Amino acid sequence: MRIVVQDAPFDLGAETAQFAAGHSNMGAVVTFTGVVRDSDAGSLEVMEIEHYPGMTERALTAIAEEAQQRWSLGDVLVIHRYGSLTHGEMIMMVATAARHRKDAFEAAEFLMDFLKSRAPFWKREVTAHGADWVAAKAEDEDALGRW
Amino acid sequence: MNVLYFAWVRERIGLPREEVQSEAATVSELVDELVAREARYAAAFADRSALRVAIDQELSDFDAPLAGVREVAFFPPMTGG
Repeated sequence: MRIVVQDAPFDLGAETAQFAAGHSNMGAVVTFTGVVRDSDAGSLEVMEIEHYPGMTERALTAIAEEAQQRWSLGDVLVIHRYGSLTHGEMIMMVATAARHRKDAFEAAEFLMDFLKSRAPFWKREVTAHGADWVAAKAEDEDALGRW
Repeated sequence: MNVLYFAWVRERIGLPREEVQSEAATVSELVDELVAREARYAAAFADRSALRVAIDQELSDFDAPLAGVREVAFFPPMTGG
């Protein structure tokens, strides 16, 4: 398991290749990548991501450990950035490796659902019209119920 | 204990963390003490249902006891991913 919280960009291709290469007995590698989306009005200047150093790593580790208990996984990778990002930049990625794809897909979805509302990150959108904290969505909280 | 604030809670209170001397038995009692101090705390804690709390870096709730606790954090619902 590898949990990374950093402000620097990450290389999706290199991270995925390195992750996949380490698991010759794993038949499935699933990755998900989160990208900063522009606002509907197309006016996003910066997406600022704040986090809680210490708790962030603990929460991500706990979520990844839970995934490893629920599914048969060879490995888990979580990379999440903080700081100031612009639209089109990659915020985060998760990767799961398993012998079979069902475990890898389901575990990746589980990681994303919990990471969205149980890892201490907060997004703030800065647009030409001002800055506002992104509100949590009820559907994100509801998504936890299916697990 | 150390009390930490994040996102708009931090903005409303005007600082990211502070050392608080308190005999509060629970998180709710600690919030009551803070709210009684100054208007900026009252503004931040006006709607407690809109807030989440972590005790020693684990998600908790406002009824949780504070005995032996080193760090309490207040923040809005998280928006990771």
